[in-house]
Amino acid sequence: MSRLNRIWLLAAAALSLGAPLCAQQSLPPAPYAYRQLPDPAQERAAHELMQTLRCLTCQSQSIADSDAPMAGDMRHQVRTRIAAGEDPEAIRAWLIERYGDYVSYTPHVSATTWPLYAGPAVLALIAALLFRRRLARRA
Amino acid sequence: MTKSWRLWLPLAVFAAFLGFTAYQLQQPKDDTIASAMLGKPLPRFALRPAVDGLPGAAQTDFADGKPRLLNIWASWCLPCIAEAPQLKALQEQGVEIVGIAIRDRPEDVARFLAQHGNPYTRLGADDLSEVQFALGSSGVPETFVVDGNGVIRHQHIGDIRAGDVPKLLARLEEAR
Repeated sequence: MSRLNRIWLLAAAALSLGAPLCAQQSLPPAPYAYRQLPDPAQERAAHELMQTLRCLTCQSQSIADSDAPMAGDMRHQVRTRIAAGEDPEAIRAWLIERYGDYVSYTPHVSATTWPLYAGPAVLALIAALLFRRRLARRA
Repeated sequence: MTKSWRLWLPLAVFAAFLGFTAYQLQQPKDDTIASAMLGKPLPRFALRPAVDGLPGAAQTDFADGKPRLLNIWASWCLPCIAEAPQLKALQEQGVEIVGIAIRDRPEDVARFLAQHGNPYTRLGADDLSEVQFALGSSGVPETFVVDGNGVIRHQHIGDIRAGDVPKLLARLEEAR
Protein backbone atom coordinates (compact mmCIF):
# COMPACT_ATOMS: atom_id res chain seq x y z
CA MET A 1 0.00 0.00 0.00
CA SER A 2 1.38 3.37 -0.94
CA ARG A 3 2.00 5.93 1.74
CA LEU A 4 -0.62 8.28 0.34
CA ASN A 5 -3.23 5.52 0.43
CA ARG A 6 -2.41 4.83 4.03
CA ILE A 7 -2.86 8.49 4.89
CA TRP A 8 -6.26 8.49 3.18
CA LEU A 9 -7.28 5.38 5.12
CA LEU A 10 -6.20 6.97 8.38
CA ALA A 11 -8.16 10.10 7.52
CA ALA A 12 -11.25 8.02 6.72
CA ALA A 13 -10.89 6.11 9.99
CA ALA A 14 -10.55 9.35 11.93
CA LEU A 15 -13.67 10.75 10.25
CA SER A 16 -15.73 7.63 11.00
CA LEU A 17 -14.61 7.78 14.64
CA GLY A 18 -15.93 11.32 14.86
CA ALA A 19 -19.29 10.44 13.33
CA PRO A 20 -21.07 9.08 16.45
CA LEU A 21 -20.44 12.40 18.23
CA CYS A 22 -22.62 14.19 15.72
CA ALA A 23 -25.01 11.26 15.33
CA GLN A 24 -27.75 11.20 12.72
CA GLN A 25 -30.38 13.84 13.22
CA SER A 26 -33.55 13.66 11.26
CA LEU A 27 -34.74 17.26 11.58
CA PRO A 28 -33.81 19.58 8.71
CA PRO A 29 -31.48 22.51 9.51
CA ALA A 30 -33.03 25.60 11.11
CA PRO A 31 -34.53 28.04 8.55
CA TYR A 32 -31.71 30.59 8.87
CA ALA A 33 -28.88 28.11 9.47
CA TYR A 34 -27.78 28.27 5.83
CA ARG A 35 -29.99 31.02 4.41
CA GLN A 36 -28.74 34.59 4.40
CA LEU A 37 -30.81 37.52 5.56
CA PRO A 38 -32.40 39.48 2.67
CA ASP A 39 -30.89 42.77 3.89
CA PRO A 40 -27.14 42.77 3.00
CA ALA A 41 -26.21 45.13 5.85
CA GLN A 42 -27.96 42.91 8.40
CA GLU A 43 -26.38 39.80 6.91
CA ARG A 44 -22.94 41.44 7.15
CA ALA A 45 -23.52 42.29 10.82
CA ALA A 46 -24.75 38.76 11.51
CA HIS A 47 -21.79 37.20 9.71
CA GLU A 48 -19.28 39.35 11.58
CA LEU A 49 -20.81 38.26 14.88
CA MET A 50 -21.00 34.59 13.84
CA GLN A 51 -17.29 34.57 13.04
CA THR A 52 -16.50 35.53 16.62
CA LEU A 53 -18.80 33.04 18.36
CA ARG A 54 -17.46 29.62 19.29
CA CYS A 55 -19.23 26.47 18.19
CA LEU A 56 -20.01 24.64 21.44
CA THR A 57 -19.92 21.10 20.08
CA CYS A 58 -16.83 21.49 17.87
CA GLN A 59 -15.01 24.07 20.03
CA SER A 60 -12.20 25.02 17.68
CA GLN A 61 -14.46 26.48 15.01
CA SER A 62 -16.64 29.53 14.90
CA ILE A 63 -20.35 28.95 14.31
CA ALA A 64 -19.86 30.54 10.88
CA ASP A 65 -17.46 27.71 9.94
CA SER A 66 -19.18 24.73 11.53
CA ASP A 67 -21.66 22.31 9.99
CA ALA A 68 -22.75 20.96 13.38
CA PRO A 69 -26.56 21.17 13.77
CA MET A 70 -26.12 23.09 17.03
CA ALA A 71 -23.99 25.70 15.25
CA GLY A 72 -26.74 25.93 12.60
CA ASP A 73 -29.31 26.58 15.30
CA MET A 74 -27.08 29.26 16.78
CA ARG A 75 -26.67 30.94 13.36
CA HIS A 76 -30.46 30.87 13.04
CA GLN A 77 -30.75 32.54 16.42
CA VAL A 78 -28.15 35.21 15.55
CA ARG A 79 -29.76 35.99 12.17
CA THR A 80 -33.35 36.15 13.46
CA ARG A 81 -32.32 38.38 16.37
CA ILE A 82 -30.40 40.74 14.11
CA ALA A 83 -33.33 40.79 11.68
CA ALA A 84 -35.48 41.79 14.67
CA GLY A 85 -33.19 44.77 15.23
CA GLU A 86 -31.10 43.49 18.15
CA ASP A 87 -27.57 44.85 18.55
CA PRO A 88 -24.83 42.24 17.80
CA GLU A 89 -23.02 43.02 21.06
CA ALA A 90 -26.26 42.50 22.99
CA ILE A 91 -26.52 39.01 21.45
CA ARG A 92 -22.91 38.31 22.43
CA ALA A 93 -23.62 39.50 25.98
CA TRP A 94 -26.70 37.24 26.14
CA LEU A 95 -24.57 34.23 25.19
CA ILE A 96 -21.74 35.13 27.60
CA GLU A 97 -24.34 35.38 30.36
CA ARG A 98 -25.13 31.71 29.65
CA TYR A 99 -21.83 30.13 28.61
CA GLY A 100 -19.21 32.47 30.08
CA ASP A 101 -16.42 34.18 28.10
CA TYR A 102 -15.70 30.84 26.48
CA VAL A 103 -18.38 31.30 23.82
CA SER A 104 -16.82 34.49 22.45
CA TYR A 105 -13.64 34.71 20.40
CA THR A 106 -13.18 38.42 21.12
CA PRO A 107 -11.74 38.69 24.62
CA HIS A 108 -12.71 41.54 26.93
CA VAL A 109 -11.02 42.63 30.15
CA SER A 110 -12.24 40.53 33.08
CA ALA A 111 -10.95 39.03 36.32
CA THR A 112 -9.15 36.26 34.40
CA THR A 113 -8.04 38.12 31.24
CA TRP A 114 -6.58 41.36 32.68
CA PRO A 115 -2.97 39.96 32.74
CA LEU A 116 -3.21 39.63 28.94
CA TYR A 117 -3.59 43.40 28.72
CA ALA A 118 -1.47 44.40 31.73
CA GLY A 119 1.42 41.98 30.93
CA PRO A 120 2.71 43.67 27.74
CA ALA A 121 2.33 47.14 29.29
CA VAL A 122 4.39 46.05 32.33
CA LEU A 123 7.06 44.48 30.09
CA ALA A 124 7.25 47.62 27.94
CA LEU A 125 7.63 49.73 31.08
CA ILE A 126 10.46 47.52 32.40
CA ALA A 127 12.19 47.65 28.99
CA ALA A 128 11.90 51.45 28.91
CA LEU A 129 13.38 51.74 32.41
CA LEU A 130 16.30 49.42 31.54
CA PHE A 131 16.92 51.35 28.32
CA ARG A 132 16.98 54.66 30.18
CA ARG A 133 19.46 53.32 32.70
CA ARG A 134 21.72 52.11 29.90
CA LEU A 135 21.58 55.49 28.20
CA ALA A 136 22.26 57.30 31.47
CA ARG A 137 25.28 55.08 32.12
CA ARG A 138 26.74 55.74 28.69
CA ALA A 139 26.32 59.50 28.93
CA MET B 1 30.46 36.95 40.85
CA THR B 2 27.03 38.51 41.30
CA LYS B 3 27.22 39.76 37.74
CA SER B 4 27.56 36.25 36.21
CA TRP B 5 24.58 35.09 38.31
CA ARG B 6 22.47 37.85 36.84
CA LEU B 7 23.56 36.89 33.36
CA TRP B 8 21.84 33.51 33.74
CA LEU B 9 18.60 34.96 35.03
CA PRO B 10 16.83 35.37 31.65
CA LEU B 11 17.68 31.77 30.74
CA ALA B 12 16.30 30.58 34.08
CA VAL B 13 13.06 32.51 33.47
CA PHE B 14 12.83 31.00 29.99
CA ALA B 15 13.45 27.47 31.38
CA ALA B 16 10.73 28.02 33.99
CA PHE B 17 8.35 29.10 31.22
CA LEU B 18 9.20 25.97 29.19
CA GLY B 19 8.66 23.79 32.25
CA PHE B 20 5.28 25.39 32.94
CA THR B 21 4.21 24.92 29.31
CA ALA B 22 5.34 21.28 29.29
CA TYR B 23 3.41 20.66 32.53
CA GLN B 24 0.24 22.26 31.18
CA LEU B 25 0.50 20.23 27.97
CA GLN B 26 0.51 17.04 30.07
CA GLN B 27 -2.70 18.00 31.87
CA PRO B 28 -5.87 16.29 30.60
CA LYS B 29 -8.03 18.64 28.54
CA ASP B 30 -11.35 19.60 30.04
CA ASP B 31 -13.89 19.96 27.25
CA THR B 32 -16.92 20.58 29.40
CA ILE B 33 -18.52 24.01 29.22
CA ALA B 34 -20.36 24.69 32.45
CA SER B 35 -23.51 26.75 32.30
CA ALA B 36 -23.23 30.20 33.82
CA MET B 37 -26.92 29.97 34.78
CA LEU B 38 -26.43 28.20 38.13
CA GLY B 39 -28.21 30.09 40.89
CA LYS B 40 -30.38 31.92 38.37
CA PRO B 41 -34.06 31.31 37.63
CA LEU B 42 -35.00 29.21 34.61
CA PRO B 43 -35.39 31.20 31.40
CA ARG B 44 -38.93 31.68 30.12
CA PHE B 45 -40.02 28.87 27.82
CA ALA B 46 -43.11 26.96 26.75
CA LEU B 47 -42.49 23.98 24.49
CA ARG B 48 -45.04 21.91 22.60
CA PRO B 49 -45.23 18.20 23.53
CA ALA B 50 -42.40 16.18 21.98
CA VAL B 51 -44.56 13.03 21.76
CA ASP B 52 -48.22 12.03 21.88
CA GLY B 53 -49.44 11.19 25.37
CA LEU B 54 -47.12 13.45 27.38
CA PRO B 55 -47.64 17.16 28.07
CA GLY B 56 -45.10 19.71 26.84
CA ALA B 57 -42.78 21.60 29.16
CA ALA B 58 -42.67 25.19 30.43
CA GLN B 59 -40.71 27.04 33.10
CA THR B 60 -44.01 27.59 34.95
CA ASP B 61 -44.09 23.81 35.69
CA PHE B 62 -41.19 24.36 38.12
CA ALA B 63 -42.78 26.87 40.50
CA ASP B 64 -44.84 24.61 42.80
CA GLY B 65 -42.23 24.13 45.55
CA LYS B 66 -41.05 20.68 44.43
CA PRO B 67 -37.47 20.22 43.18
CA ARG B 68 -37.19 18.47 39.82
CA LEU B 69 -34.68 17.29 37.27
CA LEU B 70 -34.63 18.92 33.86
CA ASN B 71 -33.09 16.47 31.41
CA ILE B 72 -31.80 17.70 28.04
CA TRP B 73 -31.63 14.75 25.66
CA ALA B 74 -32.48 13.45 22.19
CA SER B 75 -33.49 10.16 20.65
CA TRP B 76 -30.50 10.42 18.26
CA CYS B 77 -28.04 10.78 21.13
CA LEU B 78 -26.14 7.58 21.93
CA PRO B 79 -25.06 8.38 25.54
CA CYS B 80 -28.76 9.05 26.24
CA ILE B 81 -29.38 5.31 25.76
CA ALA B 82 -26.75 4.57 28.42
CA GLU B 83 -28.38 7.11 30.71
CA ALA B 84 -31.95 5.77 30.35
CA PRO B 85 -31.72 3.09 33.11
CA GLN B 86 -30.34 5.65 35.59
CA LEU B 87 -33.19 8.08 34.84
CA LYS B 88 -35.57 5.17 35.42
CA ALA B 89 -33.86 4.46 38.78
CA LEU B 90 -34.24 8.13 39.76
CA GLN B 91 -37.91 8.06 38.77
CA GLU B 92 -38.44 4.94 40.92
CA GLN B 93 -37.01 6.90 43.87
CA GLY B 94 -39.82 9.39 43.40
CA VAL B 95 -37.93 12.02 41.39
CA GLU B 96 -39.96 13.98 38.86
CA ILE B 97 -38.07 14.38 35.60
CA VAL B 98 -39.04 16.92 32.95
CA GLY B 99 -37.44 16.24 29.58
CA ILE B 100 -36.53 18.50 26.70
CA ALA B 101 -35.94 16.74 23.38
CA ILE B 102 -33.48 18.58 21.15
CA ARG B 103 -34.07 18.55 17.37
CA ASP B 104 -36.28 15.49 17.49
CA ARG B 105 -39.27 14.00 15.69
CA PRO B 106 -42.32 12.66 17.60
CA GLU B 107 -42.05 9.21 15.99
CA ASP B 108 -38.36 8.92 16.92
CA VAL B 109 -39.09 10.03 20.48
CA ALA B 110 -41.93 7.47 20.74
CA ARG B 111 -39.64 4.71 19.48
CA PHE B 112 -36.90 5.65 21.98
CA LEU B 113 -39.33 5.70 24.92
CA ALA B 114 -40.86 2.35 23.88
CA GLN B 115 -37.41 0.81 23.66
CA HIS B 116 -35.67 2.34 26.69
CA GLY B 117 -38.56 3.26 29.00
CA ASN B 118 -40.16 6.60 29.85
CA PRO B 119 -38.89 8.34 32.99
CA TYR B 120 -40.55 11.68 32.11
CA THR B 121 -43.72 13.34 33.38
CA ARG B 122 -43.42 16.08 30.77
CA LEU B 123 -41.52 16.25 27.53
CA GLY B 124 -41.06 19.41 25.48
CA ALA B 125 -39.70 19.64 21.94
CA ASP B 126 -36.89 22.14 21.31
CA ASP B 127 -36.59 22.06 17.53
CA LEU B 128 -34.19 25.00 17.16
CA SER B 129 -32.16 24.40 20.37
CA GLU B 130 -33.53 27.74 21.64
CA VAL B 131 -34.24 26.60 25.19
CA GLN B 132 -30.93 24.75 25.25
CA PHE B 133 -29.09 28.01 24.46
CA ALA B 134 -31.19 29.92 27.00
CA LEU B 135 -30.14 27.37 29.66
CA GLY B 136 -26.45 27.58 28.78
CA SER B 137 -26.43 23.89 27.88
CA SER B 138 -23.88 22.86 25.28
CA GLY B 139 -24.76 19.28 24.43
CA VAL B 140 -26.83 16.19 25.08
CA PRO B 141 -27.32 14.70 27.58
CA GLU B 142 -27.25 17.27 30.33
CA THR B 143 -29.32 17.36 33.50
CA PHE B 144 -30.21 20.35 35.66
CA VAL B 145 -31.40 20.22 39.27
CA VAL B 146 -34.12 22.89 39.59
CA ASP B 147 -35.49 23.84 43.01
CA GLY B 148 -39.14 24.44 43.87
CA ASN B 149 -38.88 28.13 43.02
CA GLY B 150 -37.65 27.40 39.52
CA VAL B 151 -34.01 28.31 40.29
CA ILE B 152 -31.25 26.23 38.65
CA ARG B 153 -29.17 24.66 41.43
CA HIS B 154 -26.87 22.16 39.73
CA GLN B 155 -25.80 21.00 36.28
CA HIS B 156 -24.72 17.48 35.42
CA ILE B 157 -22.86 17.36 32.09
CA GLY B 158 -22.85 14.10 30.14
CA ASP B 159 -24.74 10.88 30.78
CA ILE B 160 -25.77 9.97 34.32
CA ARG B 161 -23.90 6.85 35.48
CA ALA B 162 -25.03 4.56 38.31
CA GLY B 163 -22.64 6.36 40.69
CA ASP B 164 -24.21 9.74 39.90
CA VAL B 165 -27.71 8.69 41.05
CA PRO B 166 -27.05 9.14 44.82
CA LYS B 167 -25.26 12.45 44.11
CA LEU B 168 -28.24 13.78 42.17
CA LEU B 169 -30.62 12.58 44.91
CA ALA B 170 -28.50 14.51 47.44
CA ARG B 171 -28.60 17.63 45.23
CA LEU B 172 -32.38 17.34 44.98
CA GLU B 173 -32.58 16.99 48.78
CA GLU B 174 -30.43 20.15 49.15
CA ALA B 175 -32.74 21.99 46.77
CA ARG B 176 -35.79 21.15 48.89
